[in-house]
Amino acid sequence: MEEVSLLKGNEAIALAAIRCGADGYFGYPITPQSEIMETLMAQKPWETTGMTVLQAESEVASIYMVYGGASTGKKVMTSSSSPGVSLMQEGVSFLCGADLPCLVVNVMRGGPGLGTIQPSQSDYFQSTKGGGHGDYKLIVLAPASVQEMADFVDLAFTLSSKYRIPSMILSDGAIGQMMEKVILPPFKPRQTAEEIIEQCPWAATGKPANRKNNIISSLELDPSKMEKKNVERQERYRIVEATEVRYDEYMCEDADYLIIAFGSAARISQNAVETLREEGIKVGMLRPITLWPFPSKVISKYAEKVKSMLTVELNAGQMIEDVKLAVNGKVPVLHYGRMGGIVPNPEEIVDALKKQM
Amino acid sequence: MKEEIIIAGFGGQGVLSMGKILAYAGLMHDKEVSWMPAYGPEQRGGTANVTVIISDNKISSPVLNRFDTAIILNQQSMDKFESTVKPGGILIYDPHGITHVPTRTDISIYTVRAMDAAAEMENSKAFNMVVLGAYLKVKPAVDLDGVIKGLKKSLPERHHHLIPMNEKALLKGMDIVEKLK
Amino acid sequence: MSNPIINPENLVYEKSSVLLDNTMHYCPGCSHGTVHRIVAEVIEEMNMQDKTIGCAPVGCAVFIYNYINVDFAECAHGRAPALATAIKRLNPDHLVFTYQGDGDLAAIGTGETIHACNRGENIAIIFINNGIYGMTGGQMAPTTLVGMKSSTCPYGRDVQLNGYPLNITPLLAQLEGTCYVTRQSVHTANNVKKTKKAIRKAFENSMAGKGTSVVEVVSSCNSGWKMSPVKANAWMEENMFKAYPLGDLKDK
Repeated sequence: MEEVSLLKGNEAIALAAIRCGADGYFGYPITPQSEIMETLMAQKPWETTGMTVLQAESEVASIYMVYGGASTGKKVMTSSSSPGVSLMQEGVSFLCGADLPCLVVNVMRGGPGLGTIQPSQSDYFQSTKGGGHGDYKLIVLAPASVQEMADFVDLAFTLSSKYRIPSMILSDGAIGQMMEKVILPPFKPRQTAEEIIEQCPWAATGKPANRKNNIISSLELDPSKMEKKNVERQERYRIVEATEVRYDEYMCEDADYLIIAFGSAARISQNAVETLREEGIKVGMLRPITLWPFPSKVISKYAEKVKSMLTVELNAGQMIEDVKLAVNGKVPVLHYGRMGGIVPNPEEIVDALKKQM
Repeated sequence: MKEEIIIAGFGGQGVLSMGKILAYAGLMHDKEVSWMPAYGPEQRGGTANVTVIISDNKISSPVLNRFDTAIILNQQSMDKFESTVKPGGILIYDPHGITHVPTRTDISIYTVRAMDAAAEMENSKAFNMVVLGAYLKVKPAVDLDGVIKGLKKSLPERHHHLIPMNEKALLKGMDIVEKLK
Repeated sequence: MSNPIINPENLVYEKSSVLLDNTMHYCPGCSHGTVHRIVAEVIEEMNMQDKTIGCAPVGCAVFIYNYINVDFAECAHGRAPALATAIKRLNPDHLVFTYQGDGDLAAIGTGETIHACNRGENIAIIFINNGIYGMTGGQMAPTTLVGMKSSTCPYGRDVQLNGYPLNITPLLAQLEGTCYVTRQSVHTANNVKKTKKAIRKAFENSMAGKGTSVVEVVSSCNSGWKMSPVKANAWMEENMFKAYPLGDLKDK
């Protein structure tokens, strides 16, 4: 029988990483996600699965260790929180430019700047619109429970390898710090050197006599070649948008009003939906699981059915822009949010929705 | 069944671990549970609180502003959380360090002199278990057996010899809890 | 038959099989070409071509992978030791080296350099020190000498304005994690031989798991220095070697 554990979201990520056959973790401590590296170090996976865990000297070094590991076809990851993830953005851009699969976990806290250590979702723009330079996308998964923190590690690695696009788990201090019941994924062996050579023919694994030297690089000085690389990447993005959208619907079928929220905001909003339904108000909630690719199609479908939409976010209104693009003016879209590490309570959301009616 | 609890006091009083043991006890009863700390610099003297939810059904929001039960262990927390108890709900506090006693009349209020009891037992670490014992007596959302099992599950093996002491403290709390109104 | 001189028995020099046929983009007189050749020869002699992963820098040697025929990861400016750390830890049976200039290693990447050395990563760091940013057009480097002119210190490096040259190699020699730290040059045939020996030792050390090896090659940049190659070499001997004297700093 599968064992049910009680774990923090951060601990679940660490244990799931070992179980899904990750080869390496490189990170730097920052609240509220330090338990990820602490858990890994306590587990000593180098003695069991052979996974490497290293505390780097900075987030900059961490992301480039990820770049190095990914260059050799290994399954590698890092984790941080908002200020640290900002510091990593150069490396994220390089990873995208070199088409390297990897996983970056961001357990968001309030900003800007040093900000606060309390939960926030104000890195939505940074994560989904490209936090560094250049035209690029990350596959962004937004877990709303400790179970999803555990489940999305393998999913993120799988999608990232499939499309050679770095993936991100975009969580926040609330999901990272809370404890819930979780069933950890089954153990999967790490890839062997032979499997990597077979599955990642592009990787820097050492040049045998029968192929040219593999070069992992984002550099191309010839603009026509550089444009071609970009066009190819954009075509891949269109495939991801067409095939990898994930979302969850809660009481949407007969809804007059639709709340759209992700991560911890979705958990709180679900509570608000329960209360509103008890009062006879037909409210549903759509929870994007992939923030990129964004579930635009289904939102645009609901724009034909509902009277209005409310995005609930722990920020000043970021995802609302994508919702508005999807709705394309068909119904009013409003935003309710708290900032700076304040987590709204369900009653605030109930009030915000009633105001909109 | 759904029980929404806030436990609040000073850092170092064992607020977070009390919540954790309660959550583990819920797990032992096959309930859905969530444990949501107000995290931060967890040092002696700072305030600490944790929201624990134990439910038959899947838990939506781990963050709440109204509670079935509040367990209050210092004055700042009393000021902050007395008003958040749902009408008909329960407030348990240790009078030690409380200068303004609660005034609500629409809730049941209990005291547990856990600080004194822990001093009597010559074990300051027993404090939070005495408080938890008081809760178990007042609101049996989980039972003593579940808590002991939860302790076994949450404590590392090397600390299992402390379980009898914890059990004693739990029983003490169950014994000394007093209803005010 | 038409050319009786080209016969195997008359062969005195051969290009390393680990060098590619691409024409190098380096200026005539540049040290990079020579050091590339040495690296390729050592890899060939150690029979490690299929087990080598190089970390390419940002700087003049950015295209090193077009010349040395092994797998490469192109690094962001200064980050090569971070990449090499992960590559070596995840692929311990591979030979992993970085190839970095002075701006890369001693300015933007100082942190990564010091920490990789301090952890004693089993990698080899080849450090080309020519006291100037070559690729971007001759700006001041951390190792630019006092009084030396560059496009961003056109009146000569002034310590009041720009601080002192950073003599980083002795700093790295102090760290417990380094096993071999040496300073060489490639401006004479004899020095080329010594540098080759040093790089061979560095590569062997990293395969033996002895810790980090650093081979600094004090080099000339005649274009950046705005001198003829011959004059640049003479200027290097006279000025650079005074600030950066050749020899082993550590051999553990």
